[in-house]
Amino acid sequence: MQLALFIIFGALAVAGAINLLLQRHPINSALSLVVVMMSLAVLYWSLGAEFLAAAQVIVYSGAIMVLFVFVIMLLNSGEEERTTGSRAAYIVGFPGAAAIFCLLSFVFLTERQALGVATLGGSLSRASNNIADLSSILFTRLLLPFEVTSVLILVAIIGAVVLARKEQ
Amino acid sequence: MSHLSPFQTFLLLSVLKIAVVLVITLTAVAYTVLLERKVLGRMQNRWGPSRVGPFGLLQPLADGIKLFLKEDLTPLAAERPLFIIAPLIALTCALISIAVVPFGPPTAVKGVQLFDIADLNIGLLVILGITSIGVYGIALSGWSSNNKYALLGSLRATSQMISYELALGLSLVGVVLRAHSLRLRDIVGSQTGHGALSWNVFGGLQIVAFFVYLMAAYAETNRSPFDLPEAESELTAGYHTEYSSMKFAMFFMAEYANMITVSCVATLLFLGGASSPFGSLIPAIGGAVIQAILPILWFVAKVLFFLLLFIWVRATLPRFRYDQLMAFGWKFLLPIAMLNIIFTSLYLALRA
Repeated sequence: MQLALFIIFGALAVAGAINLLLQRHPINSALSLVVVMMSLAVLYWSLGAEFLAAAQVIVYSGAIMVLFVFVIMLLNSGEEERTTGSRAAYIVGFPGAAAIFCLLSFVFLTERQALGVATLGGSLSRASNNIADLSSILFTRLLLPFEVTSVLILVAIIGAVVLARKEQ
Repeated sequence: MSHLSPFQTFLLLSVLKIAVVLVITLTAVAYTVLLERKVLGRMQNRWGPSRVGPFGLLQPLADGIKLFLKEDLTPLAAERPLFIIAPLIALTCALISIAVVPFGPPTAVKGVQLFDIADLNIGLLVILGITSIGVYGIALSGWSSNNKYALLGSLRATSQMISYELALGLSLVGVVLRAHSLRLRDIVGSQTGHGALSWNVFGGLQIVAFFVYLMAAYAETNRSPFDLPEAESELTAGYHTEYSSMKFAMFFMAEYANMITVSCVATLLFLGGASSPFGSLIPAIGGAVIQAILPILWFVAKVLFFLLLFIWVRATLPRFRYDQLMAFGWKFLLPIAMLNIIFTSLYLALRA
């Protein structure tokens, strides 16, 4: 059951990501990104990270991507021209992407022991409630980073207000 | 069912539950429309639908047949795939959230809960997440129909739903703090014991949160007095201007299904779900079957109360102006919801 979910939604995430690149209209690309995020949420869920899955849906696909779509609708941007791309992208891009892929898989494969193995649906039983565990760690051991992050977001909001304010 | 394996029983009962809940919800949607038309009619001193069937009871059927048989128009300049997907998204999101609502007390048959489709640890977050996905249906419908009224309507709807989602989510935090859980069964369980006195509205001291939730919920469902997205005097019909036939009906059903979902959530979070207001004052009469069905009647009665409230408010209040709507959401509801969180957590911390 969990394996079937993993295969279906993993394939959906990859398909959405490819579609994101191939679509010529910005709104279609934005919607493909929503599909990718929703599939990722299902993958998180099947790994037992319920809260992360819900936060992924509410924050990313529910709030941030809606704002993206909103902006695209307001700007009413049209279809984009398909170009052959700059030569730099071909010379640096493909080897760079391949190098990063190799590096990541090398790290994951060599550090397999240290990273541990996740089981599909392993911690989805009623016995453990990972929201309680998560919040107790977040508000005791990680309290300082948590508060610093919120101040950082506040700074960003105030900056946006300052930038958007009309000149008197 | 003895020859079925546990998984087969689970699958069979789940499919059965989904079918029953879906049929009941869709019927409830149809009859909420009729209820609204009848009650609105009476409030405006007229009859409302009264010709089809006894007391107009077959009116939803007639409406359904009419909408099915109408011509399905698609504007030439519409973005075709999105134009078709948008009402589907709206209706699906409106119907999915019913799945996590527990309708009755925990009653297990062969290890499968009878009165809810899915019992999740994060039930409340799932409802919030699905509501936030529902915004896409409205946003895309306005944009893809290539019509200025539809676009303006969907821009209004989207910004309104994003703004009021914050107040809505924050108003629920007090309830979650009291129940120590996001699971809807636990939240209902934290309100049983002393009947209506232990409900979150009364004994739980969440009456402020209740009113914040109620107002935010009216805005989330685009109902009057927050029905600016479909303000007919300025925007024709808002985001569904270009829709006809069944596609229009999908938006219509989605609005009423959202009303029902919001009423269910209000019942679960603030009115004790399926518990009786009299607690243990009334002795348990009848057999086990009656004792299992009675809570469902309470649940339905509470949901019906909220639906009537929706209709009553629509018949009474005029529409907000747009700047009033935004100021009300951001400058009034949001601070009040935050104050409620602070007071609730202080109270719980000092009492503990």
